[in-house]
Amino acid sequence: MFRTVKELVEIAETENILISEVMIKQEMDVKNLSREEVYAQMEKNLNVMEKAVEDGLNGVKSVTGLTGGDAVLIQNYMKEKTPLSGNIMLDAVSKAMGTNEVNAAMGTICATPTAGSAGCVPGTLFAVKEQLNPTRDQMIRYLFTSGAFGFVVANNAFISGAAGGCQAEVGSAGAMASAAIVEMAGGTPQQSADAFAITLKNMLGLVCDPVAGLVEVPCVKRNAAGSSLAIVSADMALAGVTSRIPCDEVIGAMYRIGKTMPSSLRETGEGGLAATPTGQTLKEKIFGMSVSKE
Amino acid sequence: MKYNSVFDIIGPVMIGPSSSHTAGAARIGKAARNLFGEEPKWAKIHLYESFAKTYKGHGTDFALVGGLLGFDTDDPRMSKALDIAKEKNIDVEFIEESAGTNHPNTARLIIGNDTDEIELVGISIGGGKVEITELNGFELRLSGNHPAILIMHNDRFGAIASVTKILAKYEINIGHMEVNRKDVGKEALMVIEVDQNLEDTVLQELENASHIIQIAKIAS
Repeated sequence: MFRTVKELVEIAETENILISEVMIKQEMDVKNLSREEVYAQMEKNLNVMEKAVEDGLNGVKSVTGLTGGDAVLIQNYMKEKTPLSGNIMLDAVSKAMGTNEVNAAMGTICATPTAGSAGCVPGTLFAVKEQLNPTRDQMIRYLFTSGAFGFVVANNAFISGAAGGCQAEVGSAGAMASAAIVEMAGGTPQQSADAFAITLKNMLGLVCDPVAGLVEVPCVKRNAAGSSLAIVSADMALAGVTSRIPCDEVIGAMYRIGKTMPSSLRETGEGGLAATPTGQTLKEKIFGMSVSKE
Repeated sequence: MKYNSVFDIIGPVMIGPSSSHTAGAARIGKAARNLFGEEPKWAKIHLYESFAKTYKGHGTDFALVGGLLGFDTDDPRMSKALDIAKEKNIDVEFIEESAGTNHPNTARLIIGNDTDEIELVGISIGGGKVEITELNGFELRLSGNHPAILIMHNDRFGAIASVTKILAKYEINIGHMEVNRKDVGKEALMVIEVDQNLEDTVLQELENASHIIQIAKIAS
């Protein structure tokens, strides 16, 4: 069983297989399942992600009204204008936000690695697919590659905002997506690791400060940040840019930063954006609203 | 290692909005129901730290109750769980605690019916994964990575042997086992992690073994 990104990359290089293949083999081994069974379960998750993206692009609204509909605005803008950040980038952003809008509206999503960060992996997948034209098999592999990196983070640091801040959630999710994009685009396992490291480095210190404690503001837009950064880092790694700080050490830094983060900035809804005058006003409105509903 | 499957990371499929506060909460509730062995008639739920501060916004309350009703993380009835519990006359009370705990997402559940009750502590460690850290005052160290059986029994000689004999008969390998007791001759708890999921026939036989009070199974 691999414990670090270094070990993960070494196994892939020595056996001359993809990162996704290392993850698939380990899963078959640990759970005593056949390749078909492992694949079938992941395909089920892929289908849920596809449906969530579709629902998000059709437009949803959360109960509080704080989020929903932004994915549609971006898609409309892309039809009418030429986006400055490019079509694939903006498509990923809208699909990531759409997924999180569905999550905020209490729809069905697949946590990757968490619900609050569920947009980054599918958002990028369903956007880069337009250019890379992957087979269904490669799309399923995208999720195994993401999972392999997330697995290392979860076991060596944390993936929840309550434990380590948003860097642990959207930071991990965006970084996982970067690594998967690289593999799908034909990069090496080491390039996946570099892309992962570059994204996570740029997410270090990000706090979890949800307004009214809800997974809405700023979570939906942070998935836009995670998914766009994922594509930039993947391109950088594919261009040959490497991370000066090795991947595992970046994960270690993320862990230490999270450990020193005060509780007010770890999903308690007490600090950061939640503590702004507008954040406070929204909170009063929302909880006033839920009281009057009862 | 805390996480041993790719599906801990890519998954679970769930009703939003939070994997720790909604999906994890539902799994803690369901574990409590499984350990109790049936649907409880009442529940007192103590919430700590992030759970206490944000449970309303995250739907932690309905998710915990959804779990007590036996719902999986992707059950479409999840957000209606509090209403469904009310219709079934299940009395639910939430208590927001201000005390600190070892983990930010901690819930203490005391559930029961007219005659029995159990008390357990569950923590939601991220991405929907949970651990049960305490049952009826006994500390647990369940990894959650393997199927496990929890056996409440009387602290008498032969109780452990009667259990292991049955497991041996069905060729079930024990990966990890611990035994705890409150006092000599009093209530005790056996926690056994096994390599494969157990058939109901094995559980029934265990339930009928000498000195056994109650048995619960946790699937991995």
